[in-house]
Amino acid sequence: MFISPARPLALTLCLSASLAALSVPARAADGEAIIQKGGANPAAMPCMSCHGADGKGMAAGGFPRLAGLPEAYIAKQLADFKAGRRENPLMQPIAQALDAAEAAAVAMAYAALPKVQVKAGPLERPKEGSGAWLALRGAWDRNIPECTLCHGPAGVGVGDAFPPLAGQSAEYIEAQLRAWRASPARLAGKKGKAVAAVPPTRRNDPNGLMQHIAADLSEAEIKAVSAYFAGLGETTEPLDASQHRLR
Amino acid sequence: MTTTLRRLTAALLPLLAAHAMAADSPRNARLDDQTQLPKAPARPAGKAYFQPPAEADIPNNAYGDLVRRGQDLFMNTRALAPEYVGNEMNCVNCHIDRGRKANSAPLWAAYTMYPAFRKKNNKVNTFVERMQGCFQFSMNGKAPAADSEVLAALTAYAYWMSGGVPIGKVQPGRGFDEPPPPRGGYDIARGQQVYEKQCALCHGDDGAGRKVGATSVFPPLWGKDSYNWGAGMHRINTAAGFIQHNMPLGRGETLSDQEAWDVAAYINAHERPQDPRLVNGDIDETRKRYHADDGVNLYGVVVGGQKLGQGVK
Repeated sequence: MFISPARPLALTLCLSASLAALSVPARAADGEAIIQKGGANPAAMPCMSCHGADGKGMAAGGFPRLAGLPEAYIAKQLADFKAGRRENPLMQPIAQALDAAEAAAVAMAYAALPKVQVKAGPLERPKEGSGAWLALRGAWDRNIPECTLCHGPAGVGVGDAFPPLAGQSAEYIEAQLRAWRASPARLAGKKGKAVAAVPPTRRNDPNGLMQHIAADLSEAEIKAVSAYFAGLGETTEPLDASQHRLR
Repeated sequence: MTTTLRRLTAALLPLLAAHAMAADSPRNARLDDQTQLPKAPARPAGKAYFQPPAEADIPNNAYGDLVRRGQDLFMNTRALAPEYVGNEMNCVNCHIDRGRKANSAPLWAAYTMYPAFRKKNNKVNTFVERMQGCFQFSMNGKAPAADSEVLAALTAYAYWMSGGVPIGKVQPGRGFDEPPPPRGGYDIARGQQVYEKQCALCHGDDGAGRKVGATSVFPPLWGKDSYNWGAGMHRINTAAGFIQHNMPLGRGETLSDQEAWDVAAYINAHERPQDPRLVNGDIDETRKRYHADDGVNLYGVVVGGQKLGQGVK
């Protein structure tokens, strides 16, 4: 029998279409319910137990704010936890326990909560060497752009790829900067035994934009710049959209 | 003999001038002398670029206040001087690190090079006139008056930053240190691939950049809110230099010269606001007069069946 070359292709298309249909559960996932009660799989614990009842995170545990973060950003992080591009002993099993529809629903529900709002201040004149200096001026001698150049004025976030830094705790920001940092191998010597190189545990930054920045920041700088953003606080005052934020 | 020569020159001068103005003729070599603004020399091995003074060195007096005001304007041009800025650009978009970064046209390598002749307007330009050009072309706006507070502050800022640079001596790191044109030329389609992979994340697929509220965060690279067809950045060679050294932000000098040329060509193959020097509403005439001899650019060139240089508002 002569098999036309189109046949296997058609078969494959049919098969992949039915597989795609299988991966989408029949019920529509309820994001708010998952946040409060967890997913269908009991390993998918309720989000609010760590990220707070209001979604603003818990500084003490380094649990980040999710309220008002871009939907696409949250969805990407869940996918990256699942795939291991972002390593975290707590979040990886949870992300794996959420099915695709649940993950999408959670991302949508958190994105719908209020975004962080920072009061538009007057021009800031940071002191060189401070956390504010790194945030607003950068360290261009090491090709480190000021954080606000990509994360937006006052670190309120820009688009889907640059999440808000304002509204996050110092603990969380510090942990992320360290997660992006690889530690190089060290030979045995006066300073002690040989140490193997440790790759970064977070490898999901678009175009590798964060890894080199984190690698070139000192421990003191990481602490200072994280404290700066954590200290910006949050205002309930609505921002007049016509008002410029100054750098 | 001398008298004859003088008479001859006198007779020839108007002819020469007419020749220089004639759109399709080569420019007058004497008028076109750009030797005062030479290409930056390479940085000697092991030697650092000039280090501009630190912020803490700005004195606390009336002069220091003007310097700080200049720096504020440099970073927040659109917000603080809206009457002169016609697009969503700020000085700091092309002059990274507040105008301090080498190969990002740093102020410290520019201030001490003026007055100098520029073929852009066929005259000797002061530093203030040079900055007026930025407002007219790169900012697609209206040049502030030479004695305006805005230009006084920006001049003070540039002067302060140039403390210690010898006058008239070209510095390594000046301008954008343009990579030479690639042997096989540039390729717009290949440039689009570079753009989608490396640039679109911040500047958008449509090149419109991104804003937070009223504030532009990532500058538009083409379209109505970007630099106009008269800006230096519309030259592919100039944009290639800026991109190779400074983009993606914080990861400069990672693209090859070829990639920088290709993506610069892709960006500059899009419409942008009209060249304010437009001659009689005629793109071809404007090309002959101002673009034919101005580096590598696509003004008045047909790309993908469309003649570029229409302008967008």
